[in-house]
Amino acid sequence: MERETVTNNILAADSIAAVTAGLAAAGYIASKQIATAVYLAERIEKPILVEGPAGVGKTELAKALAAWRGLKMIRMQCYEGLDEAKALYEWKYAKQLLYTQILKDKLGEVLGHADTLAAALDKLHDFGDVFFSKEFVEPRPLLQALEQPNGCVLLVDEIDKSDAEFESLLLEILSDYQVSIPELGTVAAIVKPTVILTSNGERDLSDALKRRCLHLHIGFPEQKLEERIVESRVPGISDALRRQIVGFINQVRTLDLKKLPSVSETIDWARVLVLLQSSELDHETVKDTLNVLLKYEADIETTLPQVTSFVARAGRQGVFG
Amino acid sequence: MREELHRFFRAARGAGVRVSPAESIDAMKAVADVGFADRGILRDTLLLTLAKSEDEKQALGECFDLFFSQPEVKQETAPGDAAENEGADSASGEAAQGEDAGAAAQQLGELAQMLMSRDRNAIAAGVANAASAASLSDIRYFTQRGIFSSRILEALGIERLRDDLDRLTTSNPAEAERLAAALDGLRETVRDAVSQALLLYGREESENLRNEILRNAPLARLERRQVQEMKALIRAIARRLRERYSRPRKHQRRGHLDIRRTLRRNAAWGGVPFLTTWKRRHRDRPKIVALCDVSGSVAQVSDFFLLLIHSLHEVVDDVRSFAFSGNLIEVSDILDTRSPEEAMSEIMSKVGFGSSDYGGSLVDFEKGFMRALTPKTTVIVLGDARTNNLDPRADILRRISERSKRLVWLNPEGRFAWGFGDSEMPRYATYCSVVRQCATARQLERAVSDIVAAYQ
Repeated sequence: MERETVTNNILAADSIAAVTAGLAAAGYIASKQIATAVYLAERIEKPILVEGPAGVGKTELAKALAAWRGLKMIRMQCYEGLDEAKALYEWKYAKQLLYTQILKDKLGEVLGHADTLAAALDKLHDFGDVFFSKEFVEPRPLLQALEQPNGCVLLVDEIDKSDAEFESLLLEILSDYQVSIPELGTVAAIVKPTVILTSNGERDLSDALKRRCLHLHIGFPEQKLEERIVESRVPGISDALRRQIVGFINQVRTLDLKKLPSVSETIDWARVLVLLQSSELDHETVKDTLNVLLKYEADIETTLPQVTSFVARAGRQGVFG
Repeated sequence: MREELHRFFRAARGAGVRVSPAESIDAMKAVADVGFADRGILRDTLLLTLAKSEDEKQALGECFDLFFSQPEVKQETAPGDAAENEGADSASGEAAQGEDAGAAAQQLGELAQMLMSRDRNAIAAGVANAASAASLSDIRYFTQRGIFSSRILEALGIERLRDDLDRLTTSNPAEAERLAAALDGLRETVRDAVSQALLLYGREESENLRNEILRNAPLARLERRQVQEMKALIRAIARRLRERYSRPRKHQRRGHLDIRRTLRRNAAWGGVPFLTTWKRRHRDRPKIVALCDVSGSVAQVSDFFLLLIHSLHEVVDDVRSFAFSGNLIEVSDILDTRSPEEAMSEIMSKVGFGSSDYGGSLVDFEKGFMRALTPKTTVIVLGDARTNNLDPRADILRRISERSKRLVWLNPEGRFAWGFGDSEMPRYATYCSVVRQCATARQLERAVSDIVAAYQ
């Protein structure tokens, strides 16, 4: 028994390392926590709810996971007013109408033999459900995800933007991986999809939803990790510049800004600097390209006076760090 | 190990993380999968499955560190004693001591033997067993520390140890001294274990108790150290009110067809109305104008009230706040841009510390800000209505009441004091939709909750 648990544990640690490696192969540098979350989600078959500031790679995680696993990714972007018809399934009304028109003659033929109205109605009942069969269902992302024969990664993006009603709609899918369509019955998943929900924390999600998920919070990465992320995303960059960029951004994050620059901004900025062919950070380049990093005029104004000292400190870090 | 996890869940609840049975089952499953070998992975796993927000993650992380540091703390106290004893031993001679111990052990009780053997793992295990026998995880209040300590010591067999000690004192004083020293060490270990358990399991209860006391304490007479706690409590109240009222509820009016939207919605099917759309009732979010007395004893209550009202951004559409004592100024901008402490001291330096003049302040309001009132506005006046025998100008209050949706007066004084001395409360009350006492955090919460609920 003892030995069994020990081997089990070693397996778990190995598998988590394998997740990290797999995600890295797909271009996503994951922290240990993220890798543990992905591993657990597959083991205990639970969706992951990812929260964190914009641009830290929440959506990217789902894409990388799908790429690594070689699965199809089905993305469902949430917005206010999203409802069942757009998320789950819809009847193809036009097709239904068209078919009844085309089959009119056939219907007449079939019903023509009936003598009374009651008999005709009885006959009609016999094939009554023809028009409410699977043929006429238009599957939307959630239903599509359940119908994938090889499984898939279902990304429910920015769930906090949707209404509270939509959250309740998701509950059945999240806990049992099935949906109920009144006319057809329950559709269960062929292969359970890996579900990832993301939220920017614009509003508090309901406890019922949170309870069904593993909760992963992705914050701004540590300096070392961020350097590795830049390395993998912007291959042409020199070591010194990369270190300076990350050092500079980490200092900007200590300021009181409206929107702090996140990883996606770091990557954009690194790309810009590579395009401009600057070999190291200097005062002028930073001033000219600060608008890549900061998205509000007020933020730029707050940061400008600090640029010189930040650049100097980032430069020192580049030498000693 | 399952027992251990259950105790951890209880400790997590103590730390303010709501762990439901379903979540604990998930956590058990996950832990069974990853095992206990790697503490980092175990920590991440529990954080992923149990904590459902960033705050909870932090609280649970601290709780985890505290919980799993427990055995080490015990070992730290034990080696200290062991080292001391060892010093004494080497003086008396190793070989002789060994024989002595062997002979003595036959007469001694179990606990004494354990202490004399200085096996700190055994002692730690013994304490842990005794702790679970005394159901230490039931500890809730700091006053229970003594009783739990003595219960654990009893379970360890301290009775027998005392007898042994008495006997040894006569037969072998040196041994008795060592045993007494070891006993002191044991007491300390037990005391540490109990304090730790209180920290883990008792936090929730004692916090509830303290909050309960705080909620009913008069706001105007708080001690300095309570002010910070009260601010935290007010923030919690604000959060609760936000959660309750911020969700926009759509109410459909069944039976009133919205023809325009129905046609547009069914355009795809040639205007055949497959789907119907019903008219919706439009609902206002609260607009609030607050007039706060910041003179003397009312200032503290106004402080908390303004803090509460201004942290309800999600619930309330529009708040304009005015502060007055001798005269009246608008303070909305100060409150929105500064931190609560700075804002309050700035307001105080501008209008505070005067003797209150309700009539003059109402004149100021009518002159400058009457336009702020719409038929959707709720006007809240917070003050004790003590006019220092100046003209109360209740006629202005009547005009304010006529222009607004509701006029609510919150008075920190008790009902029995209204109308006595220079209090003009009865005269003002005639023009108010609601007058209520508002002296404690509980009353404040209820008052604000009612005001917001009136719009739902």
